[in-house]
Amino acid sequence: MEAFINSLSAISPQNTFAEEKLLHEAREYNNVRFLRCVEPQYSTFIDPMASRRMSRIIKMGVCSAIKCLQEAGINNPDAIITGTGMGCVEDTGRFLASIFENEEKLLNPTPFIQSTHNTVGASIALILKCKNYNNTYGHRGFSFESALLDGIMMLQEEEANDILVGALDELTPDLFTITDRLGFWKKDPVNNLHLKDYRSRGSLAGEGTTFFSLSRTKNEKSFARIRSLQTFLKPAGQREIEKKLTDTDKPDLVILGINGNPPGDEIYNHLKSGIFVNTPAAYYKHLCGEYDTSSAFALAMAAGIIREQHVPDIMKLDSKPVGAIRNILIYNHLRNVNHSVIQVSSC
Amino acid sequence: MAAKVFITGAGIISSIGLDYKEVLSSLKASRSGIGKMTLIDSVHKEEIPVAEIKKTNAELKELANVPGKAIFSRTSLLGIIAAREALSQAEIENTSEYRTGLISASTVGGMDRTEKFLKKYLKDKNHGRLRDIITHDMGDSTEKIAEYCRISDYVTTISTACSSSANAIMVGSRLIENGILDRALVGGVDCLTLFTINGFNSLMILDKNGCRPFDENRNGLTLGEGAAFLVLESERIVEKTGKKIFGAVSGYGNACDAFHQTASSPGGDGAFLSMQKALLKAGITPDKIDYINAHGTGTKNNDLSEGNAIERLFGNSVPPCSSTKSFTGHTLGAAGGIEAVFSVMAIEHQCIWPNLNFANKMNELGFLPVTELRKDAAVRNVLSNSFGFGGNNTSLIFSKC
Amino acid sequence: MEQLVQKLKEEIITALNLSEMKPENIDEKAPLFVDGLGLDSIDALELTVLLEKKYGLKINTSEEGKKVLLSVNSMAEFIRENKKG
Repeated sequence: MEAFINSLSAISPQNTFAEEKLLHEAREYNNVRFLRCVEPQYSTFIDPMASRRMSRIIKMGVCSAIKCLQEAGINNPDAIITGTGMGCVEDTGRFLASIFENEEKLLNPTPFIQSTHNTVGASIALILKCKNYNNTYGHRGFSFESALLDGIMMLQEEEANDILVGALDELTPDLFTITDRLGFWKKDPVNNLHLKDYRSRGSLAGEGTTFFSLSRTKNEKSFARIRSLQTFLKPAGQREIEKKLTDTDKPDLVILGINGNPPGDEIYNHLKSGIFVNTPAAYYKHLCGEYDTSSAFALAMAAGIIREQHVPDIMKLDSKPVGAIRNILIYNHLRNVNHSVIQVSSC
Repeated sequence: MAAKVFITGAGIISSIGLDYKEVLSSLKASRSGIGKMTLIDSVHKEEIPVAEIKKTNAELKELANVPGKAIFSRTSLLGIIAAREALSQAEIENTSEYRTGLISASTVGGMDRTEKFLKKYLKDKNHGRLRDIITHDMGDSTEKIAEYCRISDYVTTISTACSSSANAIMVGSRLIENGILDRALVGGVDCLTLFTINGFNSLMILDKNGCRPFDENRNGLTLGEGAAFLVLESERIVEKTGKKIFGAVSGYGNACDAFHQTASSPGGDGAFLSMQKALLKAGITPDKIDYINAHGTGTKNNDLSEGNAIERLFGNSVPPCSSTKSFTGHTLGAAGGIEAVFSVMAIEHQCIWPNLNFANKMNELGFLPVTELRKDAAVRNVLSNSFGFGGNNTSLIFSKC
Repeated sequence: MEQLVQKLKEEIITALNLSEMKPENIDEKAPLFVDGLGLDSIDALELTVLLEKKYGLKINTSEEGKKVLLSVNSMAEFIRENKKG
């Protein structure tokens, strides 16, 4: 079970979309409760006539997908597979609000037709005129991992050689307000680069779209390899998590899903002083914020670290010396319900 | 043909019955579930018919045997009822003895509760009960089903509009074929909501007289609600236990029409490709298909496009074909699952289900749908189509073992 | 009539989010759909909603819709003929 990464493209609160090098300069946000993406000039990538019905998340998703394919030199991927925890929140909210505001009469259909979870995957296919396999997963913190597993299966089944796998989630004002009422976020504004140091409950909200071009066999563009992938729902305890993590090869670096919420970060700290006591550790959610498919951003970071053989200081959790980076383990959980482990290696 | 993924259980709840037996007897009696909207408070309730399950959420809670005070969306309740029936048919009590997964599907998730929440929230952002919003996302109903069926090895949700649960069946089959799972509970669920009723109404594709699939005068679809799940098991388990087999998932194909966000291409390119891929996977030629359970929503666009694709593939010898959405309405994310169960029933009982509400042949098509129940039909291979927004087209083939 | 045509063009641009388009780019005589402006079935629904919301005019059948929504001129004509008061 493996897949080669040949290109990636991420629109995130960092400059990941424009920069060639990984986190050349980290963006610092002071006094914030959420992070929003640095958005590109969409018209460079999408014809305005084609984008006239696209909400922000659709534009971000399509744009990162198109750039990813361009870099891999793929015009017609054998599969387009996406994952999104919350889907097209803005369009869903707009249509719902219009139902109540207009008492169910004379509603504009556009937000409804654009509200389905597969809108981004479908829009990419429509622009490319790609008639191949197209699938979308929408399951909280498993959304991206499920898409990735589907993609890896496609490659393993030899049904596909080159595929596009991506993740997308957007933060809207209403989504923030509601999840804030649910207690997901820190009440006092923070500096994102110090996220792990706050003692208060909750995290920093975020968003992003991340796409990968994957292939079955190694080619001249390949720079990293996905080795294994596991998801598990509500594990019984720390023991079960440790077992899943020690089932993999010994990593040269572990990337943890620390999000600044002390109860949720407990497991990461336990692992850091336990099974990973001798392993250099890094984290990423201070860069992109917390959202359902943030593990896709983590995978982009991991692949970039392997390509450049360099861990940006801003991601490091300790000062342990990092040697050659051949094997990275990403461990993340979403609200202690959806746990996932992704193993990435050099080619 | 080497079928490796066996169907050992099926569970269903829909407007034509609360379980497998009831649904089967409705199919045999040509009893449609389409009627007046009574459980949803919509301004359209007098003019737009729907296919409702005539049970309140409180009644569904009792049927699902879940704690009265716990928070469930209607989708979760419907899902738990159908999933449990599928597992009990497959005689599975212990889900931990094999690597077991749940691949569910939905398009609305907990939208019914979200609508309750929003009524208050939209007036004041500090209002609306939070217990009504925590069930909003698709993952919620799937995790509730997983919890009540005690499945945790692999749990996920597919959401590709109206082909969602057909894709769940396809992915579950592939997870078993790839040796990742031994057993998968696959299907989908959707309940009726103001969101979907008004959404399809804004597209002006809801037939005020109830849907008339493949009829020249068809004028749109009818929305329905329901849930359906299949238990898929590997050859290894089936050989070991010798349990009853309902059939096999022998083929599947997914393709994208890549024509328009909502409209299907005139020639039905995506539909043609998905059917062709399914046949190729099953390793059979078109003449081996004994029954087509069509997507057949009853919209002008779908039935013409799908009909054209069927004629492109089957030529002059189109096998018996019907759309059972004339019984259940279009159950969106549950449709692929519900129609998979109908396909399994067709194989088990050697019947072909009629296409109700049909009167006039479509001018553009050469074939007629089956309009009367056909008993004692030799049904070995059934092709079931599910097509969704974004041109997401999936075809499944179910075979007798 | 000219005023109405100009107003309609602006309303169409807003309703369909044709952000790169200016009223003078739309030929009031040219077909709105497929060959002309390149609009599709969803745009037709949006324009139907526009006519009813802004002008209180209902399009009853798809045949009528096809005639009315042919061009900006045909829409203006429909409004002029049917608008009361």
